[in-house]
Amino acid sequence: MASSGNLCLSGTGVTKVFGFGRHRTLAVDHVDFAFHEGEIISIVGESGSGKTTLAKMLLGLISVTEGEIYFQGKKRDISSGRKKKEYWRNIQAIFQDPFSAYNTFHKIDAVLLDCIKLRGGGGLPKEEKVRLMTEACSFVNLKYAELTNKYPFELSGGQMQRLMIARIFLLKPKILIADEPTSMIDACSRATILDYLMKLRDETGMTLIFITHDIGLAYYVSDTVYIMEHGRFVESGSADEVILHPKQPYTRRLISDVPKIYEEWDLSTV
Amino acid sequence: MKHTLNQVFHSGKFLVGFTILMTVLVIVFVYPLIVRTPPLQIIGQGTFFPPGIYVSTYDAINAPTVYTLNLPDAEARRIANRLTQEDRIAMKEWLVAFGVPEEEIDIDDTAQLLAQWEANYDPNLRLPGMTFARHRYFQRVNASIDGLLSTEGAIIAARNPETGELTEKSIVKQTDFANVNDIANVRILTLGTDNFGRDVTTQLVAAAGVSLLIGLVAGLIATTIGLVLGLMAGYIGGVVDDVIMFVTNLFTVIPTFVLLILISFSIGQDRRGAVTIAIVIGFTSWVWTARAVRSQVFSLRNRDHVNLSKLSGHPLPRIIFADILPYIASYVVMAFILQISSGILAEAGLSILGLGPRTTETPTLGLMMNWAMIYQAHILGKWWAYMPVLLTIALITFSMNLMNTGLDQVFNPALRD
Ligand SMILES: Nc1ncnc2c1ncn2[C@@H]1O[C@H](COP(=O)(O)OP(=O)(O)O)[C@@H](O)[C@H]1O
Ligand SMILES: [Mg+2]
Repeated sequence: MASSGNLCLSGTGVTKVFGFGRHRTLAVDHVDFAFHEGEIISIVGESGSGKTTLAKMLLGLISVTEGEIYFQGKKRDISSGRKKKEYWRNIQAIFQDPFSAYNTFHKIDAVLLDCIKLRGGGGLPKEEKVRLMTEACSFVNLKYAELTNKYPFELSGGQMQRLMIARIFLLKPKILIADEPTSMIDACSRATILDYLMKLRDETGMTLIFITHDIGLAYYVSDTVYIMEHGRFVESGSADEVILHPKQPYTRRLISDVPKIYEEWDLSTV
Repeated sequence: MKHTLNQVFHSGKFLVGFTILMTVLVIVFVYPLIVRTPPLQIIGQGTFFPPGIYVSTYDAINAPTVYTLNLPDAEARRIANRLTQEDRIAMKEWLVAFGVPEEEIDIDDTAQLLAQWEANYDPNLRLPGMTFARHRYFQRVNASIDGLLSTEGAIIAARNPETGELTEKSIVKQTDFANVNDIANVRILTLGTDNFGRDVTTQLVAAAGVSLLIGLVAGLIATTIGLVLGLMAGYIGGVVDDVIMFVTNLFTVIPTFVLLILISFSIGQDRRGAVTIAIVIGFTSWVWTARAVRSQVFSLRNRDHVNLSKLSGHPLPRIIFADILPYIASYVVMAFILQISSGILAEAGLSILGLGPRTTETPTLGLMMNWAMIYQAHILGKWWAYMPVLLTIALITFSMNLMNTGLDQVFNPALRD
């Protein structure tokens, strides 16, 4: 299933270096990847392994030091503001920390209205816009009427992340990068967020790049898994292949970390 | 936003600072409406008249109504006014040196002391070992006590312009009084006059206004330059950042004040107006604002809300105005307030060195300090020529720093008490 669709995002030798001299950090080190349309890809690695940096390069938010990224088989061109805007119609993201992902000076309305505008709906009548926003909110079980005139920081972390999903619902991009969308959320809300994310992906058929440090979660959601260590992809393949038959010691360690957590949990409840 | 403003005005420190500043501003604007003499008009013939109420002697004598008041202590006051305790001790010293036995002299018995003085003092006699200045001093004392115990009034006479003959017009008795309200010319000089005989109060109010203007212009320029450069360096980064940081570092290693002195000097006295000086100050003091803004923008531009804004297709200007500026606005406001107060101080520093605005047009707080120093007001003990200026400078900068601390407490929750 993994290689059945068309290529939608791929890269060769993609590298990111921050700073220079003594402050030089090699955050992403010559990674190759090929993501196909409709696929769910997990990128798994410890914190600091370069997942977010790679995601930002894929999104075109930071420059690529070396290597090439291909979008739909062609070299990606985001050299001008207009081309970037066009690119961002196709690729969107949900960030790790919802508390820093919103402009705290703007009301929630503004966030959703921006999405309608980016989809070319800026000229729609007001009622239609409200209808779209209401629909998007109810998709993630939020009440639009209660959110208007509220500021993002008046919501809980889980609600904010759900609003992010509502945003994606309005934008309907071809590719969504979800960068540890549940790691900053309280445990109770995590499953809900994940459910909405999967529901949205099933409805739209978009390519989902799911970034996580939890290999168990990656096994649960994805078709293809890329294991990242110190900025490099050390292992990749179908989820079953990588997780049931890991070849790399790093992968085995990531896997062995998962049950450990449950063991500890079991001990404490007995 | 409204919430923040509300908090700002609930901060005690900010309120106190704001009130002081507003009071100064109100005085600066209202005072000229009441006292209409130009601030640099010379009214006094002579230097450093002490603070007080000045009554025209001529108008007092010619007051329409003369009142008679029999005050029991009038004579004692009159004597005390012209014969101080110091004078009495000096008189005793002279008399003893002359040969009058010390035990016969009682300096508290005015009548006896004056009689002994009258009998023995000779203005032309310079006692051995006495300095010339001391000799002159005794001559002055002698003149001032002349007719001190007289109960006769003073005769007012007019001279006939043709014959030169004097005709008696009236007699001013010791018990004659004039009501101040009847006197045509009374001038209150709250802070006296300066070395040129100009009213210090009027000058001070005008100077405070000009200095505030200089601070405001300098602050606006410095904050604008610092903000724009800081934003560019921080947001665009790369080569732009390198160039801006190079210039900023240059300005940092050259002490700003030295630069200020050099520029002011090269502009030349004739072309240095108050606004010119303000512009020069502004152009030399943006460095710290630029640095601070840059580092704040640096961390802001990597925040996810900026990334989200980009992903939403917002153009660069909108990202800067909507996603970056609001987050540094509080800091910029605080920097602006500090720039105003340091601009006022910089002008004062320059003017004290004689490199301030040209002196013929408007007074500034720094120029007033400069004049007071050149004419040695501090050595002569003419405190009214410089103390009020110092206090005004201190008050204005203090109020601004207070406002700044208040704002800091509102914007920086870690400092809240
Ligand atoms: N803007 C930056 N400047 C310098 N170093 C960075 C920057 N962003 C990330 N890094 C470094 O790159 C490495 C990878 O970081 P990141 O991609 O955030 O890892 P992850 O998302 O896997 O936790 C880390 O060592 C981090 O310190
Ligand atoms: Mg990360």
